[in-house]
Amino acid sequence: MTRYFTNEHEWIDVDGDTATVGITDYAQGQLGDIVFVEVPEEGREVSKGGEAAVVESVKAASDVYAPVTGTVTEGNAALTDDPSLVNSDPENSGWFFKLTLADKGELDGLMDEAAYKDFVASL
Amino acid sequence: MNAINQSGWKPEMNTAEGAAPATSTGNRALMLEEALIFEIGTTETTGVDLPETPKGASRLGSLARAKPIGLPGLSEPETVRHYTRLSRQNYAIDLGLFPLGSCTMKHNPRLNERMARLPGFADIHPLQPVDTVQGALGVINELAVWLIELTGMHGVAMSPKAGAHGELCGILCIKAALEARGEGHRKVVLVPESAHGTNPATAAFAGFTVENIPATAEGRVDTEALKARLGPDVAGVMITNPNTCGLFERDLKIISDAVHEAGGYVYCDGANFNAIVGRVRPGDLGVDAMHINLHKTFSTPHGGGGPGSGPVVLSEALAPFGPLPFTARHADGHIQLVEEETVGEDHPHSFGRMTAFHGQMGMFTRALTYILSHGADGLAQVAGDAVLNANYVLRRLEGVLDAPFAKSGHCMHEALFSDDGLPAGFSTLDIAKGLIDEGFHPMTVYFPLVVHGAMLVEPTETESKAALDQFIGALGSIAERAKAGDASLKAAPHYAPRRRLDETLAARKPVLVWKEAPLAAAAE
Repeated sequence: MTRYFTNEHEWIDVDGDTATVGITDYAQGQLGDIVFVEVPEEGREVSKGGEAAVVESVKAASDVYAPVTGTVTEGNAALTDDPSLVNSDPENSGWFFKLTLADKGELDGLMDEAAYKDFVASL
Repeated sequence: MNAINQSGWKPEMNTAEGAAPATSTGNRALMLEEALIFEIGTTETTGVDLPETPKGASRLGSLARAKPIGLPGLSEPETVRHYTRLSRQNYAIDLGLFPLGSCTMKHNPRLNERMARLPGFADIHPLQPVDTVQGALGVINELAVWLIELTGMHGVAMSPKAGAHGELCGILCIKAALEARGEGHRKVVLVPESAHGTNPATAAFAGFTVENIPATAEGRVDTEALKARLGPDVAGVMITNPNTCGLFERDLKIISDAVHEAGGYVYCDGANFNAIVGRVRPGDLGVDAMHINLHKTFSTPHGGGGPGSGPVVLSEALAPFGPLPFTARHADGHIQLVEEETVGEDHPHSFGRMTAFHGQMGMFTRALTYILSHGADGLAQVAGDAVLNANYVLRRLEGVLDAPFAKSGHCMHEALFSDDGLPAGFSTLDIAKGLIDEGFHPMTVYFPLVVHGAMLVEPTETESKAALDQFIGALGSIAERAKAGDASLKAAPHYAPRRRLDETLAARKPVLVWKEAPLAAAAE
């Protein structure tokens, strides 16, 4: 399994042609206390850079973009009941959705962990 | 001199250590605790003496109530006291400076109230024959003329009830105009980052797809990025001018020309019109539709004090599609109310109706009173004084708080600060809560989103220099306390009827409906 990062502060774990997407610890820190998460339904087609989920904190509402094109296989239902998982465990149990990749080539433009760390440090 | 507390007098306070004792009532001297009205009265009592209803067969059938609806029975003094006690816990423009950015909380002149209460305006009904309400229709018509004149536009829809409703009206006009041209396929509305948060919501609600346009480092729309995105799928742009960074969009004419050339329309959010009223006519900048918040720029009360009103001025291109009803003055002075039955050949392209009736009559009367009592020169001075006050706040505080766009030049009617420079552990929220202890309503916080930990201060022209100095002193001292790491600020407010509320819990598990207590349920 390989983990990639986007400059929109999302992480994506890729295992074969399936992937799990969430937001990074840095992103949850910027948003503050998360109060609402809307994850995509199974079967929804998302395209790279398009809106896939919505996250609301006490400060702001933000879109979560699909880091790659694909078909959603599962949204994290646990976030509906307990959105605070995104704050407490953003890069593990606070995942947003899983999808089937349409084009693995799209992963090439994404960052690895070291590159993302440098990116955050530069902000 | 109108300086506030010029001598700096302060009451001698007992500073003896130790917590103040709890009272048996929960009241603190004259600051009274107040329960919900359902918790004061009981359903067992009644506060009014109604005659017995005559017995007879009910014709309600299945609609008849099967059980009591559980309204508390309170007497008149109990009811009056309840609401008066609640009002004492409130903060209002009549109590002090209300710096809520992008809300234009200005003084509501009492002359407005006097006019709105004239029986010829206050005691009429929207279904009255038009011949019996010519004076009231005349007020609507005259206000319409003023709004068209002040904005340099072609027509105005008076009925929208507030800003976001006005936005929807404007966007529906754009939609109708596109469909009339056979270009209903244009589905994209461009919204800059510096626009009001309601703009994307409006466009999405009307069935458009929203695309963001970034802001430049100096806090304005990235004109080149916007131009680059224009094309045959773009219905128009929604732009806020002055924008939420408190800056005038200098390129608006260039943007409008480019949008028009690409076949789109320009919606301008007029919520910040107070900064330019009497000085800039949006029609001259190529705007096709703009709502005007009468409750902001034209001083009709809002924020718990009254309903909003959001007339929408329209360009020549969009005016034919405006909603019904509207007023039309004939040569003989008679004012006609143009409705579905009378629309005839004058206005066949109207997209329909936004509201059941004409709009907010009370707000129309107040706004026209404000306009007539200020005159054209007075309105221009309103804008000048509002901008001067905001710049005074910006320059006095830019040394203590980070002002990200201070280098972009003067601000318009509102000063924008960020949380940059606050030590770790201190946030914009702490500053806002600290202001409550100092006796001020906090400014707008965490908006606009383009600035981290934003604090948006709009003093309006209402405030004297003395009032501004007092506010600046308070906000400045709080910022200094944060910078010094004063932990007590993290627990502010200390002196409000309620301490810091758990906003996260309130959003995650909101309690929105009062439920009967178990005790009351058992009594049934």
